[in-house]
Amino acid sequence: MKQKFKNMSDTNLLLFITIVTFVLMYVLAVCCLGGGFTKPQSFFDLLNENAALIILACGLSLVMITGSIDISVGGIIALVSMSGAVYLEKANGNVFVSLLIALGIGLVFGAFQGYLIAYLEIQPFIVTLAGMFLARGLTTIINRDSFNIENNEAFKAVKNLRIEIPGLGTTNRHGIYNPAYITIGVVVALLIVLILFCVLRWTRLGRSFYAVGGNNQSALMLGINVKKSKFLAHLLCGLLGGIGGFVFLLNLGSGAVSNGGGFEMLAIASAIIGGTMLTGGVGNIVGSLLGVLSLRTIQNIVRSIGLDEAWWTEITVGAMLCIFLVIQSIVMARKEKKAK
Amino acid sequence: MTENTVLEMRGICKEFPGVKALQGVDFTLNKGEIHALMGENGAGKSTLIKVLTGVYEKDGGDIFISGKDKPIMIKSPQDAQNNGISTVYQEITLCPNLSVAENMYIGRGNNVIQNWKKMNAAANKILQDLDIPAKATQQLGSCSIAVQQMVAIARAVDMDCKVLILDEPTSSLDEQEVEKLFVLMRDLKKKGVGIIFVTHFLEQVYEVCDKITVLRDGKLVGAYDIEELPRVQLVSKMLGKEMDDLSDVVRGYVPNVDTELTPIVFEAKDLVSNAGISPFDFVIRKGEVNGFTGLLGSGRSECVRAIFGADRVLGGTVMKDEKPAKIRKPIDAMKLKMAYLPEDRKMDGIIADLSVRENIIIALQVLKGFFRPFSKAEQEKFADEYIKLLEIKTASRETPIKALSGGNQQKVILARWLLTNPDYLILDEPTRGIDIGTKVEIQRLVVKLASKGMAVTFISSETDEMLRTCSRLIVMRDRKVVGELKGEDLTQNKVMSTIAGGDK
Repeated sequence: MKQKFKNMSDTNLLLFITIVTFVLMYVLAVCCLGGGFTKPQSFFDLLNENAALIILACGLSLVMITGSIDISVGGIIALVSMSGAVYLEKANGNVFVSLLIALGIGLVFGAFQGYLIAYLEIQPFIVTLAGMFLARGLTTIINRDSFNIENNEAFKAVKNLRIEIPGLGTTNRHGIYNPAYITIGVVVALLIVLILFCVLRWTRLGRSFYAVGGNNQSALMLGINVKKSKFLAHLLCGLLGGIGGFVFLLNLGSGAVSNGGGFEMLAIASAIIGGTMLTGGVGNIVGSLLGVLSLRTIQNIVRSIGLDEAWWTEITVGAMLCIFLVIQSIVMARKEKKAK
Repeated sequence: MTENTVLEMRGICKEFPGVKALQGVDFTLNKGEIHALMGENGAGKSTLIKVLTGVYEKDGGDIFISGKDKPIMIKSPQDAQNNGISTVYQEITLCPNLSVAENMYIGRGNNVIQNWKKMNAAANKILQDLDIPAKATQQLGSCSIAVQQMVAIARAVDMDCKVLILDEPTSSLDEQEVEKLFVLMRDLKKKGVGIIFVTHFLEQVYEVCDKITVLRDGKLVGAYDIEELPRVQLVSKMLGKEMDDLSDVVRGYVPNVDTELTPIVFEAKDLVSNAGISPFDFVIRKGEVNGFTGLLGSGRSECVRAIFGADRVLGGTVMKDEKPAKIRKPIDAMKLKMAYLPEDRKMDGIIADLSVRENIIIALQVLKGFFRPFSKAEQEKFADEYIKLLEIKTASRETPIKALSGGNQQKVILARWLLTNPDYLILDEPTRGIDIGTKVEIQRLVVKLASKGMAVTFISSETDEMLRTCSRLIVMRDRKVVGELKGEDLTQNKVMSTIAGGDK
């Protein structure tokens, strides 16, 4: 076992910690708090509410694995959801076209930021900070006020599409059976997790992300196109921002300037809790999914024990992030010692 | 290009701001030939290699490779790989976060999907063939440096290359591993691979190479068959000096001071640090040159780091100039007129982006305090004085230190410490990875400084270098001081047997 622990790659080791933490936390919540946590649907709601965040965290993991960062995604969510809402409500547009708009916005942001970061070698933090302000600004130009999409039937149909999961429903005290369900957004998010997991694990591109993040000078010498890898990571992150924005709109059904506020930071926090290191080269997509779920679970736990002011949940998230970073560095340090 | 030639470089030129690194260099490599590329630091070896591997773009000249009629363009390491040129660099250029197998196969071929099973199996086979103690699935960062270097070699070997470049591959390997590498090189030679071998070790050149090309100051001196060029001539060609200049190398420096009466400069009792060495006693007198010797990893550097306060001192007492002293941090030692030239020049020594002047001035400035800066004129005076004194080869005093060759960087660091006017100087591997000419200069300098009354502790992996300069050797084994040699005991054999433990 000890040998196995030593031979585990950093990525797998951190993922292992994340899985253990999440399972422990959830089991603890179910056992001690009972109530809502015991219902399968409350787990599915965790997914339903956070599909967009999961998608963003996936995008962030990609750029963080290459050793970069992207803080524009929250802004992209706002821009995508606002332009989608305006198009769907005021022009009574087509849902499919609004998806294309979302993808387009994400791609343009991703490509532009990726170009500046990879090929002109500008600091990613600065580039995406500018991207964040730009996206928020554009959102306000499109529409200042927030509003709900009420008159687009096609959109509402997609929004209310529920995929029932047989066998996990509950019967309430009036004897009415409530089936367990997930939304279309969750399906998209899980598909993305699956696809990116495969990409990172089994494709040349995915492995080059890890190599670039591990040591970009070495990666260059090993014959990897470092600039292209960085560019593609940012492009994908932008694209996922676009998809995330659309899923966000599907979930909320409204356009607002404040949409996705703070999401970039939540996504980064989730990725870190999921075992992605800010220094690059280490990380896992499944971890990011679990990172989002852990983050939200701990918030729910805090709320359900009665501390439901906003600052309590924020303090908890901060503390959790802190604890995770400490655990990570302790484990890595111990491992390094053992290797010697 | 004849039929037997695998690589030909003609009239290669490369210029950096202020330096002509390569001026019309020709180089020809035949099939199944091990070809040594020799020259002092700054001669242009590294630049030539980097042009060939696509790290630098050449300013002029043509590169031909067998099988192609036209000169090839190499613009990136990937181009070089695709043309059948693979390289093992002195510094390990692998990714520590990936597995051993991935490091061997990433960036090669055009397969979009990575087949782990096949890759691991293939990697394990090569690791076994080459007798490398690593598993394919192991993360590279958990291997020792030597194993990492072997993995880099395994990668290059497996690439089915026409040209294999080994740029100082042996500096982190021990004797057995070097032997293994040589077996491998001879094997590849039989298969018709042309190998370019860059090294500082003359013995190794004469052991495996067929031909030698010598560069000096960015120009080609000549290409010779190994039989035609005895060592003495090789060295004189590299240095551009006749051998007589070298023969007066300092030999067995004996301080002409009565050791019992000379004042003690530094004394330590039961000194121990957190770097895992056993407590040791140490004493050095005015005008003395002593040294720590032992195998790599025996704790030589850790001892001097403890003396200088570079590692955390856990116990023991120290006396400076026969007065008790407390050294907790390097700055404490500096204030006591001590100086330490660290082993790892790149990590602990140079500040890469600062100029030569700033690098020279920095230690003295720290001692004086940052709020009382030296005037520009003063700084320039200091810098110029030491550039001249140590014959540092630099375009100007404002050149960033990273643009200098290794030997000259070392001289700058030496200048930095000499400027603080220490009475106790610690030199940890000052001659590693630098050319013979500079080595001799540094040895001479050490002796000169000692004869003026400075106490010097000198560490080197090369025993004969230590024997030439030191009057007393402290021998270490397994992180413990196991003996002290002086006077008639200072012979190669005696040192070896003490290191090995007894007269076996």
